[in-house]
Amino acid sequence: MTATETPSPDTLTSPAGNPLGFGRMLRKEDARFVRGQGHYVDDLVLPGMLHGAILRSSYAHAKIVSIDTSAAEAHPKVKAVITGKTLEGLNLAWMPTLSGDVVAVLATDKVRFQGQEVAFVIAEDEYSARDALELIEVEYEPLPAVVDARHALDPDAPVIRDDLEGRTDNHIYDWEAGDAAACDEVFANAEVVVAEDMIYPRVHPAPMETCGAVAHMDKVTGKLTIWTTTQAPHAHRTIYALVAGLPEQKIQVISPDIGGGFGNKVGIYPGYVLAIVGSIVTGVPVKWVEDRSENLMSTSFARDYHMHGEIAATRDGKILGLRVNVLADHGAFNGVAQPTKFPAGFFHVFTGSYDYPAAHCKVTAVYTNKALGGVAYACSFRITEAVYLVERMVNCLAFELGMDPAELRMKNLLRPEQFPYTSPTGWVYDSGNYPRALEEAMRIAGYDELRAEQAKRREEAAKPGADPSAPLMGIGISFFTEAVGAGPRKHMDILGLGMADGCELRLHPTGKAQLRLSVQTQGQGHETTFAQIVSHVIGIPPEDIEVIHGDTDNTPFGLGTYGSRSTPVSGAAAAVAAQRVKEKAKVIAAAALECSVEDLEWEHGRWYVKGDHAAGKTMAEIAMAAHSSLELPEGVEGHLDASVVYNPPNLTYPFGAYICVVDVDPQTGAVKVRRFIAVDDCGPRINPMIVEGQVHGGLADGVGMALMEVIAFDSDGNNLGGSFMDYLLPTSMECPSWELGETVTPSPHHPIGVKGVGESATVGSPPAVVNAVLDALQIRAADMPFTPAVTWRALQGRPIRPDLAIE
Amino acid sequence: MQVPAPFTYERAGSVDEALSLLGRYGPEARLVAGGHSLLPMMKLRLARPEALVDINGLAELDYIRVDGDHLAIGAMTRHAAVLESPLLSEHYRIFAEAERVIADPLVRNRGTVGGSLCQADPSEDLSAVFAALRGEVVIRSTGGVRRVPMREFHVGPYETAVGDGEILVEVRVPIRTSVGSAYEKVERRAGDWSIAAAGAFVVLDGDRISDVGLGITAVGAEHFTCAEAEAALVGAQPDDEAVEAAAAICASSCNPTVDQRGPEDYKRHLVSVLVARALRRSIAVARVGSSRGVED
Ligand SMILES: Cc1cc2nc3c(=O)[nH]c(=O)nc-3n(C[C@H](O)[C@H](O)[C@H](O)COP(=O)(O)OP(=O)(O)OC[C@H]3O[C@@H](n4cnc5c(N)ncnc54)[C@H](O)[C@@H]3O)c2cc1C
Repeated sequence: MTATETPSPDTLTSPAGNPLGFGRMLRKEDARFVRGQGHYVDDLVLPGMLHGAILRSSYAHAKIVSIDTSAAEAHPKVKAVITGKTLEGLNLAWMPTLSGDVVAVLATDKVRFQGQEVAFVIAEDEYSARDALELIEVEYEPLPAVVDARHALDPDAPVIRDDLEGRTDNHIYDWEAGDAAACDEVFANAEVVVAEDMIYPRVHPAPMETCGAVAHMDKVTGKLTIWTTTQAPHAHRTIYALVAGLPEQKIQVISPDIGGGFGNKVGIYPGYVLAIVGSIVTGVPVKWVEDRSENLMSTSFARDYHMHGEIAATRDGKILGLRVNVLADHGAFNGVAQPTKFPAGFFHVFTGSYDYPAAHCKVTAVYTNKALGGVAYACSFRITEAVYLVERMVNCLAFELGMDPAELRMKNLLRPEQFPYTSPTGWVYDSGNYPRALEEAMRIAGYDELRAEQAKRREEAAKPGADPSAPLMGIGISFFTEAVGAGPRKHMDILGLGMADGCELRLHPTGKAQLRLSVQTQGQGHETTFAQIVSHVIGIPPEDIEVIHGDTDNTPFGLGTYGSRSTPVSGAAAAVAAQRVKEKAKVIAAAALECSVEDLEWEHGRWYVKGDHAAGKTMAEIAMAAHSSLELPEGVEGHLDASVVYNPPNLTYPFGAYICVVDVDPQTGAVKVRRFIAVDDCGPRINPMIVEGQVHGGLADGVGMALMEVIAFDSDGNNLGGSFMDYLLPTSMECPSWELGETVTPSPHHPIGVKGVGESATVGSPPAVVNAVLDALQIRAADMPFTPAVTWRALQGRPIRPDLAIE
Repeated sequence: MQVPAPFTYERAGSVDEALSLLGRYGPEARLVAGGHSLLPMMKLRLARPEALVDINGLAELDYIRVDGDHLAIGAMTRHAAVLESPLLSEHYRIFAEAERVIADPLVRNRGTVGGSLCQADPSEDLSAVFAALRGEVVIRSTGGVRRVPMREFHVGPYETAVGDGEILVEVRVPIRTSVGSAYEKVERRAGDWSIAAAGAFVVLDGDRISDVGLGITAVGAEHFTCAEAEAALVGAQPDDEAVEAAAAICASSCNPTVDQRGPEDYKRHLVSVLVARALRRSIAVARVGSSRGVED
């Protein structure tokens, strides 16, 4: 057990045996999931429903000369074929992205990435729709493709976005953060400067459920209902209203059970819009669900950052400054989903968990002939890239100084008394005890013994006649700080929508509650966690609290689930709503008990009269009284509910220390993750089991990205990761038995002190694995993913560039 | 959802019925065994058979048994059955070692020996196993039965000696004594196809190698083997020098394609490492005089 600064966890249990608040309990939603009774978009069948399928470009860059749909239209089961031309007539051929760019719904002039949407077939069944795709004749005039981001700004590079007035190059933006001059000075005078290039390659969130929608435009009522795979149903509703000019009160977005999001389901895809258009055109519901390859090739990718880092330090290992140049590959359209004022997301928290004065970054974003996206895959708005950068740079410094990377980190970590800490790029870290987390990880790992084992193995390997196949042992550390839970709304908005979340809590007369949330779960366990938050505040059993979400007609407005923001923002909203209900309950209890409000005292779930414990009312009794004929004081309305909009005063800053141990076969390059130790601090754990589940998933993600996941492109712009045979996700065989630890440092500004944890492990783990592999190879740098070939070539001193086709 | 192009479906109750259905539907008909190779290709519309003849009901082709001085494996034997067969393990560890790293349990529960060989994917593991063991296949048509040595079975990538209107019914492997065998594979992830894999058997006669077989997959080795390396080993002492020399021959004579699994230099290097490892372990097993008793 580790030290904790929070009040002891809620120890009372409900009749069902659940904690009356925080603690381990089985997930309420699993009752349906383990029975196969989840209800996903693709499960929906409506009377008269038609099926859509999308014809996609086989070229990365080509002019569309002509599209002939006549044969497809003649297919007996085809009801309509929609092309860019059809959409132009409706002024819908292009739609805005979340980053102020536009993207084609269906290509009209050119196709700009392989897999881009070209035509939409609507048929009686999905088989016929697919068959008819083959009957569409598209004549293309192929153009040279821009594949390597490093050449996107070459003077002779083909201009991808000639649809935009006056475009003569593929430049999207330059963006800076930090103090360049201060940085220059520090670097000019530093004893040691280490520079390194690294690629965080393009990867894909690859949720189990692909994206899809069922749209139904009711001709009589004029109401559009769309069931869709979205992490942000309310934002989607507003965007549909703005894009299609539909009245917002007549749009209902329903996000049913979602099979994983990881950022993949934040944006609006052409397929969703096409299902809507299809329903408008045909007058009946239209379903569109993409297949796996469509998901991998055309929906939001993640990362794709080419980074150049420089770290300055004293010879004895005191870090002085960090500066970074990033070349960001955004694909053919700038469709990154992030707060408006942050074109590079929150990348500028790259200063990480360390104490030094100077930092600067410059990000240049370019168009290439690849799918759009960018912020996705559990990255907390590019903090994954930021953490990777700083944790790799710190290791490079350790390598140059010949210093133990744990010692170097310990020497530079922010100290507990420095919080709240304002970083050189302007972030205000809320709370933390970093050295304690690293110590805890090292304790669990047995760090000194591991280093001793490594030294012994290296000594053995150096002896004459040593076994050349003996594994190389590597130990990698990463320490991460995240900034999650966007807003505050004055700093953070998406398409002008401020990042604050509504929440409504209503107690029914019998004391059972409904909690309405704006956020939407994709598997994180909201139905359980949020019930526990309310239970924690008002003491009614979690099983008596129904969490309602994913339906814009039945929930308050809010920005959605991504960037680990559900618990920091909506969780705070739920806690505040529960507090308000508790306070209102106090007034009603006073009226029922005929005493003054000041005379009441709270015990979990009940108000009672000070000094007379028997004279009290439970929340259930108070709920009934609130709905009864009981006379209430002046100004107190009946019923027991509260409605809140929570605007976070700051982000929350979860952190953690990770240690990975690998064994590398020096002859084959195969990497085996032997151990992985993860100490996470996300503040108090509402449901430790769910937190551990989130961490497990994220660690597997990290192993995947470090060892196998990548979407590379060949020189023609062909996507080389378009199926699960090519885009590899880790399995249990690649994952060790995770060794988890925790420290608990509450957030001072969050009503219940909690920080988000949905992305911590995905953010924190890749550099730990990469640092371990490089430690095993005893080389300073090479790019992930460390497939056997990449590892072996790195060992030979001839590294492979992972984002391009292997030559 | 990826969906195949339209096709008709027939279920055969016997080999004879399957043959007559193949005859009825002609060259555009395909047999479907486990379906783990054919169905993905159909979904991607890379394969478009007009008719599928389902042979999953043919229990008569699901067996592993001794037939005289051979091991006989029915075409409809599933990967999982090969993996778990005590009979095969008693004679050749290479079977279980290869099967353990073929695909994943789901695929192994359905995929068949016959389907694997007839698919003739250039990275198929069983092709290397049977090539190493110098097996032969038994092919039936309405005209009768013929036997084809494994090393003549593949006529090109995805092409085999099985013609229209024919069914592969059995694979046969000679039983050998004082033999050791092993299989070595490197993959990017469990369930992925090989980057390269190599299998071997070695028969020792005193301090000499009297018989040897090599199987190599995923790197364009001719007939999934390397006869030149085998020839160099026969009669040699089973020492490091012989092993390394044979491994080097395999590495230089194969013909790997460059893809995201690796560049050419790496694949050749990997072949030499895996051939050497498979040979060393085969020799160690053979030394004990039995195919059992030596752990990896
Ligand atoms: C995810 C995945 C991973 C895989 N990984 C590997 C791997 O690592 N190593 C490996 O070696 N394989 C791997 N495979 C392939 C798999 O082992 C075989 O390809 C598959 O099992 C083929 O057998 P099947 O019975 O499913 O054949 P099917 O798909 O049913 O048939 C394949 C072909 O053989 C023909 N055919 C089938 N039976 C006969 C017969 N008796 N006579 C004549 N023709 C016949 C069919 O007409 C078809 O053309 C993998 C497959 C998948 C799906």
